[in-house]
Parts: sequence; C-alpha cells; structure tokens
Amino acid sequence: MQHVMTKEEYRKYVDKVSPNSKTLRNALRAFMVGGIICVIGQFFLNSFKNMGLDKETASSVTAMVMILLGVTLTALNLYDDLGRFAGAGSIVPITGFANSIASPAIEYKSEGYVLGIGARMFLIAGPVLVYGISASIVAGIIHYLLRS
Amino acid sequence: MFEKKTGRQTFQMKNSPAIIATASIVGPKEGRGPLAGYFDQSVDDEFWGEKSWEKAESKFMREVLAKVVTKASMPMDALDFVIAGDLLNQCIAASFGIRESNVPFYGIYGACSTIGEAMQLGAMLIDGGFASNVACLTSSHFCSAEKQFRFPLELGSQRPPTAHWTVTGSGGVILSAEGDGPYITRITTGKIVDMGIKDQNNMGAAMAPAAADTIYAHFEDTGLPHDYYDMIVTGDLGVVGKRILDDLLSSNGIRVGSILNDCGIMIYDMKQDPHAGGSGCGCAATVFAGFLYDRLKKGKLNRILFVPTGALLSPTSVQQGETIPCIAHAVAVENTKGGNE
Repeated sequence: MQHVMTKEEYRKYVDKVSPNSKTLRNALRAFMVGGIICVIGQFFLNSFKNMGLDKETASSVTAMVMILLGVTLTALNLYDDLGRFAGAGSIVPITGFANSIASPAIEYKSEGYVLGIGARMFLIAGPVLVYGISASIVAGIIHYLLRS
Repeated sequence: MFEKKTGRQTFQMKNSPAIIATASIVGPKEGRGPLAGYFDQSVDDEFWGEKSWEKAESKFMREVLAKVVTKASMPMDALDFVIAGDLLNQCIAASFGIRESNVPFYGIYGACSTIGEAMQLGAMLIDGGFASNVACLTSSHFCSAEKQFRFPLELGSQRPPTAHWTVTGSGGVILSAEGDGPYITRITTGKIVDMGIKDQNNMGAAMAPAAADTIYAHFEDTGLPHDYYDMIVTGDLGVVGKRILDDLLSSNGIRVGSILNDCGIMIYDMKQDPHAGGSGCGCAATVFAGFLYDRLKKGKLNRILFVPTGALLSPTSVQQGETIPCIAHAVAVENTKGGNE
C-alpha cells in the first residue's frame, strides 16, 4: 500500500525543503537602488528650484521627469532587469508605478488600442489607484472633521 | 475483455507503436542551454517575425509539424491524426498552428504533461487499430505564458527561487504502426493528485506527489523491478520538485537515485538563472524529441520511463484561493518491441 503524507505533513515538509528568497541580500539591494532613485529625484527637485520654480511646481515637474524616466527604461527593456535585481527598491518609487502602467500597455498592444492598451493599461496600477484614492478620501474626511 | 490493461491504470501495448521521427524547435535561451546541439533549430527572435507571442507560438508548432513529417519522409496525408496541446487559453497555439495541415485533429490539455497525454492517446489509437500514423505535438512560449499566468514581461518584479522558467519551444513525435523503434511499450495514465499546495511559484512541490503516484502505480501495476529503466525522467519538476519526488519514492521503498532525472533541470544551465528549472508543455516535449530520442536511437539509453508532469491550475483558480491539482502520465519507451517480456 502506498504511503501518503497528510496535506498538513506535506505542507510542513515542503516548507522545509524549498529554498527561501535571500531576504538580507534582496533588502540591501532594494535599499541601495531605491536610495539612488530618490537621490536622482532630489537632484531634479533641487535643480528645478534653483531654476526659480516654486516648491509645488518643482515637485510636480520632478514627478513628471521621474515618470518619463521609468517609462523610457521600460520601453528600452531595462526596467524589468532592474526590478529583478532591486525588487521593492525599484517598485516603490514613482518610476516603478510608471513601469507598472507602461509594461501592460506594451504587452497588450497586440490586442489593439481600445481593448488591449486602453483596457489593460491599469491591470497592475488599477488597484493602487482605487485604494489610494479611496484612502485619500477617507483621510480627507477625517481631516475635515478634526478641523471643524 | 481488457486484455491490454495491467493493474489499476497501466496498459501494455500488443504491437508497440514505433516513434519513427521527432522534431524540436526552441527559443534563444534554450538554444544557448546545455542541450542546444540536440534541437533541430533554435530561433533567436522570440517573435519569430510574427506580430504577437501567441502567433509566434503557433508558428513553432506549425514548423515542428512540417519538420517532423519531413524527417519521417511521409506526406502530411499519411497522418491519420494530429494530437496537440499547449498552455494558452482554448489551446490556440495548437489549433492555429495546425489549421492549415488538413489532418484530423484532437486538441488536448494536460498543462505541462500534455506531451505525455498525447503520446499515450496516440499509442492507444495505433495499438487499438484506429490509426497507422499519429503526430503528437506540444508547445509553450515564455512570453505568452508569462502574459497569461503572471505579469507583463516588462514589469520589474522578482520571483522566488522555487519559481520555474517556461520553455520557449515546440517538440513533436510521429508514432507509427510500422517502422523502427524506439517503441512505446506500456503506459500508465496519471490520476489527479492535489496535496494542498497553493503557491504557483512552487510548481515543483505541487507536481512531485503526482509524479510519485504515477511512478509508484507503474511499478505496482507492472511488477517490474525498480531498476528496470535506464532513466526515469520527469517533465518539469525542477530542482525542488525532483528532490521531493526522490524523497516520496524512497518513503515507498522505490530507490531510483541516480537514474531519476528531470527535463526542466536538463534543458538549462543553472548559470542561465532559470530559478528551479524549466517548465511548460514545450519543456518535456523538446527534451524528449531532441535529447532523449537521440540517446535512445544511439543506444546510449535503451529503456526509459518518460513522465511528463502538469499543474492543472488557471489564473482564476489561483486568485480564488484554490489549491493546485496536478497530474503525471508515464510512457515507457524502449528499444526492443515487447520490452523484456
């Protein structure tokens, strides 16, 4: 008769024999790359301020430049390599958000501009937008109630 | 009545169908791997001149069918059936790849085990007297599989070390009632086995129990000694799954050790960073059609048990929190017709 483990035993056994991701190495890489991206952003922000833009305009223009950078690296087939190396370090900054919108746009171009690019562009960024905007509305209401 | 059935799920061929020809075409990564010299062709461009990855995958299948028929020196008309499958929704790589061939067609789905399923059905059609020549083909494409099962290709994300790399490529064989071997001597049809693994990034762990179940059943049903085969080769368990399979077989007294191998491990060099190994319908198919068939033909291997493994999940089932049902089909391929009997 075949000896079979229970599902619970098997799950424990699999956890034991499956190699884990190298957390420390990945965290260090994420920290370095994420930091470098922020330094680049800070460089643009300071430059725009020195060019005479006020603080708010300068940060908007900086965000636009960083988005352009993210999208360009995506189009050049480089951002996925960066992401494989850096993980959250290149996902969390705004360049990663741009990558999450540009990459499905490229991927689904073969299904046309409307049902392909148009419908699928927010495949990954969609949930971030939905819950980001919802959270900001809730925060806004709380802020309003506390002030009044 | 069931004169060919042995035990619960194994079938002994009366007139073992011959595998008279094979063909394989792979993508760039596979074409730089350790088995590169065994494939008929490797393609540098993942689009292969087509407008989409899905179209490219169909082209892989179309070209493999053309190649395998040429290598068997037979006209397309001589084929009684084509049995083919792939990973894409509604198996479009197969049906679009085969549509101009004008051959009666069965489209099948067994995830990465599809080539095993196709060879079993083909062998039964021939031994049952329904066909003289049957082509069995499967394909997979890294890019179309990523698009369907995971994330867009250009998304910058990491995957865990237990994840697999889908093979870009297509492999095919022609089974025939006549002709020189190697021969399919017996088959063991797999049962669905689900050990409760949910992680689609650990397919090796999900599929290993299915492979163990089928291999165990094969030896139980046939009564063959455990060292009967020169090689027992699974489809795409990868490094993690192969180790688990070895443990599961050992705990059932089947110590196969060094004769156990896996197409997903063989097709890539670990330096190519495939994580746990290759996977996809094209993995077992190209390794069999390329490397294993060559070894059998040259007599370096004389008896193998080919056990393609498949994870029968879908993106929807994963999102709904389902566990991963798996299957493995065993095909015994030997250089002598009746095996040892």
